[in-house]
Amino acid sequence: MGETTKVGSTAGSRVTDGLRAYLLIAGMWIRAGMTYRTSFVVTVFGNLLLSGLDFVGILLMFSQVDSLGGWTLPEVAFLYGLSVTAFGITDLLLGSSEVLGTRIRDGSFDTLLVRPVPVLAQVAADQFPLRRFGRVIQGALVLGWALFAVDVDWTAPKALLVPVMLVSGAVIFGAIFVAGAAFQFLAQDAAQVQNAFTYGGTTLLQYPPTLFGKDLVRGVTFVLPLAFVNWLPASYVLGRPYPLDLPTWVTYLSPLAAGVCCALAGVLWRTGLRSYRSTGS
Amino acid sequence: MADGVTDGVTGVGAGGVTGGFIELDRVEKVFDVRKKTGFLRRERHQVRAVDSISFSVARGEMVGYIGPNGAGKSTTIKMLTGILTPSGGRLRVAGIDPSRERTRLAHRIGVVFGQRTTLWWDLPLIDSYKLMHRMYRIPDGRYRENLDRLVELLDLGALLDVPVRQLSLGQRMRGDIAAALLHDPEVLYLDEPTIGLDVVSKANVREFLREVNTERGTTVLLTTHDLQDIEQLCSRVMVIDHGRMMYDGPLTGLHEIGDSERTLVVDLERELPPIEVESARVVKVEGPRQWLAFPASASAAPLVARIAAEYPLVDLSVREPDIEAVISRMYAEKATS
Repeated sequence: MGETTKVGSTAGSRVTDGLRAYLLIAGMWIRAGMTYRTSFVVTVFGNLLLSGLDFVGILLMFSQVDSLGGWTLPEVAFLYGLSVTAFGITDLLLGSSEVLGTRIRDGSFDTLLVRPVPVLAQVAADQFPLRRFGRVIQGALVLGWALFAVDVDWTAPKALLVPVMLVSGAVIFGAIFVAGAAFQFLAQDAAQVQNAFTYGGTTLLQYPPTLFGKDLVRGVTFVLPLAFVNWLPASYVLGRPYPLDLPTWVTYLSPLAAGVCCALAGVLWRTGLRSYRSTGS
Repeated sequence: MADGVTDGVTGVGAGGVTGGFIELDRVEKVFDVRKKTGFLRRERHQVRAVDSISFSVARGEMVGYIGPNGAGKSTTIKMLTGILTPSGGRLRVAGIDPSRERTRLAHRIGVVFGQRTTLWWDLPLIDSYKLMHRMYRIPDGRYRENLDRLVELLDLGALLDVPVRQLSLGQRMRGDIAAALLHDPEVLYLDEPTIGLDVVSKANVREFLREVNTERGTTVLLTTHDLQDIEQLCSRVMVIDHGRMMYDGPLTGLHEIGDSERTLVVDLERELPPIEVESARVVKVEGPRQWLAFPASASAAPLVARIAAEYPLVDLSVREPDIEAVISRMYAEKATS
């Protein structure tokens, strides 16, 4: 830990400052949570089981049918694993931003603003919920099984797309979390709207795109680019036709979509923060 | 007369806006308020929470900032910390524009909000301090030295391992004050630091603040409802109401300007007709207890002596005028002159 008290205003140093603060705060909560080890293990395990329930639902469906929208069980499991793992990572890292509205309403947001570290890092790391690690484990388990079970000729680009999807997916979800948090500056009870896009989004992506109407697919491809989390790249990996007629290179655009989402979310966050008016006292 | 109040009696702050550690030059904060007037109709109007305020505080000064509820005290403090951006005017703290360089300024200021804690609610007190150590990048030696000193002075030893939410209000306030001072801030803002505290805790907090101010030379700006805070701590007081600076100078001057009255409460042996005495008038009688108002600038001693000589006196107490009373008198003064 250097004694670099220079708190520059360049974007780069703000990001490193933010990450450092995030790790400090999250680290403290993890240490605090670890003091009750048994309780920690139980809650992670409980979380794992709970988030596994929706996969059990998919399994039950496949006990009645052989395919869903033309996709086999391992293929749907592939979608499911990608969506849940990517979302799980984001929910673990940024899920706490959900309570921002409450903090704005009760005025405790002010206290974050007088500390010498970026506010977003403080909001995101607050009460770091390590128990949500359960969802990541569960998603990764399903994904792991699906990778073996799907009938795919694994070429280098296809194999590379899997980690690219996970990272881009997590970033896209992260952008939605941050945008949702920014929206809470305007409407303090907007957490439910945010949940509709985050939790709703991950549930949508667990099912093949062929199940949904074209308008919806267009919406999540061009407007809110959730399709780049898994639908588009996964369709390519599995050799399944995508409902929309798009050129193949679009498959590789997930990182670009993630970057654009991130930039937009950053602008929204800054705008929201600037409009903050504090409470009466 | 309206201008006379602010200009004529301006004491220490009269030096203008140059060279101060905290400088405000015609600072304004305007809020847009939308009121629902119908199903979808909304009326917009503007509220001037702070209306062209200028003052300058020198390094090491200890200044009281008072005014009734909604006067604009907290809004000013929030602009001084960078939480809120001024709508107009110029504002500098240690040469820094707070809202533009909030995080840079944060290293140099300490803030205590009486109404809410800056500590991490669910964690033991010591965890908050450890985190601040890293967050503010306080050198290890300095941190240990400061922590030891603060723990001793604020009597926090037994509380360090207690989760913040389990602390009493007074304990939490002490914990918050320590947290605000760990990184050796050059200026300390206190927003109602004694609100809700019992007499002993109040005395402890005041004693400690005085020490910080004299020993470390920390500049202190405190808002309060409690005139006693000001009397015991501050050589200078600023009064704000409806977002405007009403007075800036020593506390004694405030009493003169407000032509305020103190109240002498006397308990007599039995019920008697209202006491007749020069330089005081009875404002209320309730059984054997009587309330007498007399000018705040006059001494209570001769009055007490005279009453004791002529009436069967059992007990007495003197009540200082509260801020609301002083300010309402300042208004009355302005209206009549």
